[in-house]
Amino acid sequence: MQVMAAYLDHAAGSPMRAAAAAALVEALGRAGNPSSVHRHGQAARAMLEDARERLAALLDCAPLDVVLTSGGTESVNLAITGAYRAGAAAGRRGVLAPGGEHAATVETIDALVSSEGAELVPLPVDGDGRLSPAVLTGALDEHGAPALVTALWANNEVGTVNDVPALAGAARAAAVPLHVDAVAAFGSVPVRFRASGAALLSVSAHKVGGPPGIGALVVDRSVRLEPVLHGGGQERGLRSGTQQAAAARAFAVAAEAATEDLEREADRLRRLRDRALAGVLAALPGAVVRGADPAVPGARLPGNLHLTVPGANGEDLLLLLDMAGVSVSTGSACLAGVARVSPVLLAMGLPAEEARGALRITFGHSSTEADVDALLAALPALAAVA
Amino acid sequence: MSGGVDSSVAAARAVEAGHDVTGVHLALNRNPGTLREGSRGCCTVEDALDARRVADVLGMPFYVWDFSDRFAEAVVDDFVAEYAAGRTPNPCLRCNERIKFAALLDRAVALGFDAVCTGHYALVRTSADGRRELHRASDEAKDQSYVLGVLTGEQLAHAMFPLGETPSKALVRAEAERRGLRTARKPDSHDICFIPDGDTRGWLADRLGRAPGPVVDEAGEQVGRHDGAVAYTVGQRRGLSLERPAPDGRPRFVLEVRPATNTVVVGPKESLAVGELAGARWSTTGEPLPERFACAVQVRAHADPVPATAAVTHGEVVVRPDEPIAGLAPGQSAVLYDGTRVLGQVTVDRTVAATALA
Repeated sequence: MQVMAAYLDHAAGSPMRAAAAAALVEALGRAGNPSSVHRHGQAARAMLEDARERLAALLDCAPLDVVLTSGGTESVNLAITGAYRAGAAAGRRGVLAPGGEHAATVETIDALVSSEGAELVPLPVDGDGRLSPAVLTGALDEHGAPALVTALWANNEVGTVNDVPALAGAARAAAVPLHVDAVAAFGSVPVRFRASGAALLSVSAHKVGGPPGIGALVVDRSVRLEPVLHGGGQERGLRSGTQQAAAARAFAVAAEAATEDLEREADRLRRLRDRALAGVLAALPGAVVRGADPAVPGARLPGNLHLTVPGANGEDLLLLLDMAGVSVSTGSACLAGVARVSPVLLAMGLPAEEARGALRITFGHSSTEADVDALLAALPALAAVA
Repeated sequence: MSGGVDSSVAAARAVEAGHDVTGVHLALNRNPGTLREGSRGCCTVEDALDARRVADVLGMPFYVWDFSDRFAEAVVDDFVAEYAAGRTPNPCLRCNERIKFAALLDRAVALGFDAVCTGHYALVRTSADGRRELHRASDEAKDQSYVLGVLTGEQLAHAMFPLGETPSKALVRAEAERRGLRTARKPDSHDICFIPDGDTRGWLADRLGRAPGPVVDEAGEQVGRHDGAVAYTVGQRRGLSLERPAPDGRPRFVLEVRPATNTVVVGPKESLAVGELAGARWSTTGEPLPERFACAVQVRAHADPVPATAAVTHGEVVVRPDEPIAGLAPGQSAVLYDGTRVLGQVTVDRTVAATALA
């Protein structure tokens, strides 16, 4: 069996940062439920609120805006379902969403359409997977008073970054709450809630080197939201369930590490990415970069490289790289391990045949030149199926 | 690796034999269920997980390959089209021919693998002059050489069946238990994997429609009505609601299905006896078939082989069993054996009743 040589799938999840792991382990050994009245509970509550304040500072929001959840998917579910139900109570049933969103968004809206009378208004994206503010404005003009708009800050597959302030401006002008799924963006590009103008914003810890199983939904206090989980009324009554003080603390530690020096780290990842890109194009001359132009500053996540290889099957490319000890992704979600043609690439207008040859290579905090070396060394193996 | 006990143990043995083994689970269902229900269905999320956990125990990489589109086209659509034409296909055979030892094997070879190893009970032997031969498994009760009868010499050259010499399935289960494989006590699969509730007639009716029509006897006399001819199979006895009993009071069987006129023909058991079968679509496991040869013919997965004489003539393989074979429908595959060795198979296009040959 091959040893794990290179991990180049950070978009799927980054290994936990040592500082976050240490904070987690230390905190897990302490007694106390943050909701308890006694001093053990008070200490746990203090740890939780301290973490919330630190996250709020990084996200540019008020501490009370930070609703801790079990992760990105739950945050997105709460944002969309919660805002839809609040809107529907006032007769607002429209949900505006661009093509190529994450499954958490697509499936949540689908469930609301099929069982709660929601009306999906699909918004076209451009060839890079970007939602243009003009398209959003046009759709808002046409569709009256929807319950919400939702969009990715940065696309998890192709790395294209949306102009969130402009989208939020369009939504605000129509008095419609905008939810932004910033799971892929947070820790990679500056994500500032107040400055963005969004009403709701989802983030996840394990994408920034924190523990899996915790995330947050930032909820502006002006937004009306119905809870999805019912119980003890924790997290402003928006997310019942015992609060995870230790995980929250590790999340804050990881997020701080990811966002301090963000520009310098982004430069480092861009250099790794661009070297990998040059190597891939040399080995597979027909390969086409998908998503925003890596050379345009700010247009694309610095650690994201996404290509399609004509005539190839992305799963075959992945398997051959895996056998050479290099872990990458085809980008699209799997069900029972079954890869389907990426809905993101289809939304970008690619024919299914071209979308089949997709390969996503993503870098993160633990990536080094040695990972790129391993990738470049493995590339000739791909010629067999490319 | 279907997630069953046979492929689990086959994989374990291949690893133990020193091969560099990679586990592959085939996703064949476009809309896989989550949980397995009893011994039916396949490719559920649960089956894929069982296969994955076995691969973990064996320390091998594991992937799920999605062949659902090709399976739908080559096996499921073919199954429906064959029934629509009044024939009775064997989808497992078709799957081996078009998926497991074609699409899967091709892809594996393209990726640098040498062979496809499965949990089938059959033997691949190399003859004195170096040719690959397909033989029945040691345990004749579990022998699956019939459904592999479609394989060509080229496919056999890239096939491994590590269970072929195992004297019984019980030993395979015991071995799985000893190796700590979670599939050790998993029930065997039965029926057709893509018809999870086992109701083939209902499943076909959903796809082909259900138009009532006449059930007639051999003389053409109407003896009842049916609710859709294509769901009937030659040799079938149950599910016939006949208004008029046979004059002699004996049970009647489906003799023929005529989709063009939506008619089902029934008659007594002896009319089912087939004295000759022939087909123009055949394959061999190696050498071309001789012009005329003695063999044994098997027409179903669990049927007994019948001594026969076969001939290749006018673009057809024509087989005359020494004793008539009961209940053989066009569409079935007749696999030809020389002792334990599979010579090849022919898809039956037409049959001649034993009575007509007398």
